[in-house]
Amino acid sequence: MTDLLEVQSVSMTVGGATLVDAVSLRIGAGEMVAIVGPNGAGKSTLLRMLSGDLRPSHGAIRLKQRDVHVYGPRELAQHRAMLSQHVTVTFPFTVEEIVTMGAGESPRAAARGLVEAALDEVGLAHFRARQLPTLSGGEQQRAHFARVLVQLARGEIKHGPGLLLLDEPTSGLDLRYQIDLVESARRRAERGTAVIAILHDLNLAMRFADRILLLHRGRLAIDGDRAAVMRPETIREIFEIDAAIAHTDRGVPFVLPQTMRPIQTRQ
Amino acid sequence: MSVLAEGSSHGVKRRVGASLRPAASLTLLCLLAALAGTALIALTVGAAGIPPARLPAALGLWIDGAGYQLLARDQLVLWSIRIPRIAAAAMIGGLLAVSGAIMQGLFRNPLADPALVGVSSGGAFAAAAAIVFTDSHLGESLRFLQNQLLPIAAFGGSLLTTMILYAIASRGGRTSIAIFLLAGLAIAAIANAGIGLLVFAADDRQLRDITFWLLGSLSGAAWAKVATLAPVLAIALVACLSIARGLDVLVLGEAEAFHSGVDVERLKRISIVLVSAMTGVAVSVCGVVGFVGIVVPHLLRLVIGPSHRLLLPASALLGAILLVGADTVARTIVAPAEMPIGILTAAIGAPFFLAMLLRQRGLVSL
Repeated sequence: MTDLLEVQSVSMTVGGATLVDAVSLRIGAGEMVAIVGPNGAGKSTLLRMLSGDLRPSHGAIRLKQRDVHVYGPRELAQHRAMLSQHVTVTFPFTVEEIVTMGAGESPRAAARGLVEAALDEVGLAHFRARQLPTLSGGEQQRAHFARVLVQLARGEIKHGPGLLLLDEPTSGLDLRYQIDLVESARRRAERGTAVIAILHDLNLAMRFADRILLLHRGRLAIDGDRAAVMRPETIREIFEIDAAIAHTDRGVPFVLPQTMRPIQTRQ
Repeated sequence: MSVLAEGSSHGVKRRVGASLRPAASLTLLCLLAALAGTALIALTVGAAGIPPARLPAALGLWIDGAGYQLLARDQLVLWSIRIPRIAAAAMIGGLLAVSGAIMQGLFRNPLADPALVGVSSGGAFAAAAAIVFTDSHLGESLRFLQNQLLPIAAFGGSLLTTMILYAIASRGGRTSIAIFLLAGLAIAAIANAGIGLLVFAADDRQLRDITFWLLGSLSGAAWAKVATLAPVLAIALVACLSIARGLDVLVLGEAEAFHSGVDVERLKRISIVLVSAMTGVAVSVCGVVGFVGIVVPHLLRLVIGPSHRLLLPASALLGAILLVGADTVARTIVAPAEMPIGILTAAIGAPFFLAMLLRQRGLVSL
């Protein structure tokens, strides 16, 4: 299988500080990847470089065998979609208008079907005519996710599987919508989309992805499966807490920070 | 407490949030009709009144039994004074309102207005400097070009001001509303200091010309000015439609707009040049007329929503209506004298701006 995304030793240096240090990766179509790591590990900087928004100080990023900076903005938007953190909208656009922005310049009729499907998927169809700034933070986040899904779908119709980047996609979402979002992303991956998400919640990251990238001080400390990350020694070293690792019925590991009293698990 | 009260408050909340917006074509048609009506009223009133009954004849539509002399006077007043003035007022209103709307889109901030943040002052300063320069011995050779030079100088001044403002107020794709407004005030103060210096250095004749820029007036509007305004307005309106979608998406922020496929750098360049050209040419004809650019787009957003594809053309029409109306009031309220229109728009617009600030106080933190 050819790699959808190829990252060759990228670094980002800003004013003498190295935010991302020689990270190399290969991500294939249909992969679900979670980026985890403590605050300031360089997760958002890495993701913004992958999106083509930030130009790395060193190294190269190739999306579908082409350097990400060779694409024009409009063309690039048809191969990768990205959901950022903290998007604030100052003008009273409706939910539907915001989601339709993902459709770019595609004709109205073609956009309509994608917008309807995305609104249904994030559970906001009944809020379509509401002004976005009047919604709660979590609802706004879902609207932006719907917009990004429309953008991804529009590009994939034309060019085949693309890249979906998510920066803290679950922030502000309640448990139900966190799971819904993970499921939405998984459905995309099953159809060939490469999905990369930054997740703070390790437990959610374990449910989300089968491949975990653990960033620590700008370096890629671990690129492996769940078991490689979810070890008490690793958690202690990287996150500087003591933690117990347990497993769900399906064998997915989860972490219990030990500063709190451990919850009595039913055997 | 009661179920009824709860239900009704829920209903109110929904109504506030939900948007029922009129169709685009209907909006534009209504505005067009209103502009025609305002222009008709403006044609009939003034220092020399022309009753509606005499209007068709004076416009040359048909000759009726009216006295020849009266007709000649009416025609003179209409064709060489009133019609060019109304045309100029309409175009300037359109230019100011659209440049305000674009600037608000660019800065993602409904409080942005070229006149408020010093872009107009920058243009006025450059125009005043051009007057003094072409009047001096140094610029004597350029004096015959003064009519062409003024709009170009005003455009240059506005462009420089907008670029400085953008460089100061936006950092890493985010613009701070507080820094933006304060930097605008500082830039306006600098430009006004420059104008003050020119006033101090100017002789009496230059002084009269410069004072005109400070207060804003349409009394100098003639066909030649209309000929300067028309091409800029036409080009700007066409260019507007090409950036409308980009400005919509820019509301998400610069990074998100880029992720969505917008060439943000190009969009910013076009917007800055458009705002400067529109403000500059308007300033070169009528001086500093404030608040049109803030009142018009704001009112329209409440009714038709913030989408720029409709907002920009609708702003052009409502701006035209507002300025034709304001100019009609300005030239009749103290007849036979004239009130500078800048005073009138500030008297109406400034309280409106304060009301907007008060409404937003709870919502937007500066």
